[in-house]
Amino acid sequence: MENYPKIYLYRRIVQAKLFIDKNFADPIDLNNISEEAYFSKFHFIRQFRKIYGKTPHQYLKVVRIEKAMELLRTDLPISDTCYAVGFESLSSFSGLFKRIVGLSPSEFQQQQLQIKAEILKSPLKFIPGCFAEKKGWTKKEQF
Amino acid sequence: MNHVSIYVLNQDSAYDFYVNKLGFKVHTDASMGPGMRWLTVCPPEQPDLEIALMAITAGMMFTKETAEQMRNLVTKGTFGFGVFECNDIYATYEELKSKGVEFTKAPKEEFYGIEALLKDDSGNWFSLGQKK
Repeated sequence: MENYPKIYLYRRIVQAKLFIDKNFADPIDLNNISEEAYFSKFHFIRQFRKIYGKTPHQYLKVVRIEKAMELLRTDLPISDTCYAVGFESLSSFSGLFKRIVGLSPSEFQQQQLQIKAEILKSPLKFIPGCFAEKKGWTKKEQF
Repeated sequence: MNHVSIYVLNQDSAYDFYVNKLGFKVHTDASMGPGMRWLTVCPPEQPDLEIALMAITAGMMFTKETAEQMRNLVTKGTFGFGVFECNDIYATYEELKSKGVEFTKAPKEEFYGIEALLKDDSGNWFSLGQKK
């Protein structure tokens, strides 16, 4: 049976983190999560921050923005992305996105779709020449 | 260094392991023709380090015989392709275990830090460490 210091504490905090990862799009009540983990809210926030470097609320925001980045890469409209990841206000979403990513959602989406199109059109630009040559891709006419 | 290679038995399965389980980000995923794919992923905090998940197929890099030899070696867990570092090894260990990652060594304090050993879906092994 495994044993290491604070094994049960770790398991509870990790489960809470995984809960946020899975349910980020829903209106999560962090009070409920701390109760489910058998912690007081204060203790839960402190332990979570010690392990993950962020409070649960900060972590939830980052997860939502990262998921939004994935969706924007698929050409999903920005408003749909905003609501799909759990935001209720387009302006809050856009403001937070820009603060974290450094680009507005539309700028980011444009950039990513351009990269995607470039990979499709000229994939060899993204592959080190030595690998492309070893794999025989430089000889193919379509590239 | 900006590119490293890990030889994998199946790129779809490797994608699931490195992206969905380990949490790496996809850098480039380019189809290069039927059965050929250039797939690179990055550790979340190292967006400039591309890890190429390389298929082992007969062609210009491998003959049919050497591809089979390489696949056997990978399956047997011959290769340790690197060392991952994390902020909190116990949290990382619990999370990866819950996602089905196989560990051959649970976190253990060594003189250089705390170390665990894990395997990817192909059989390659890695050290996972947290500095003291």
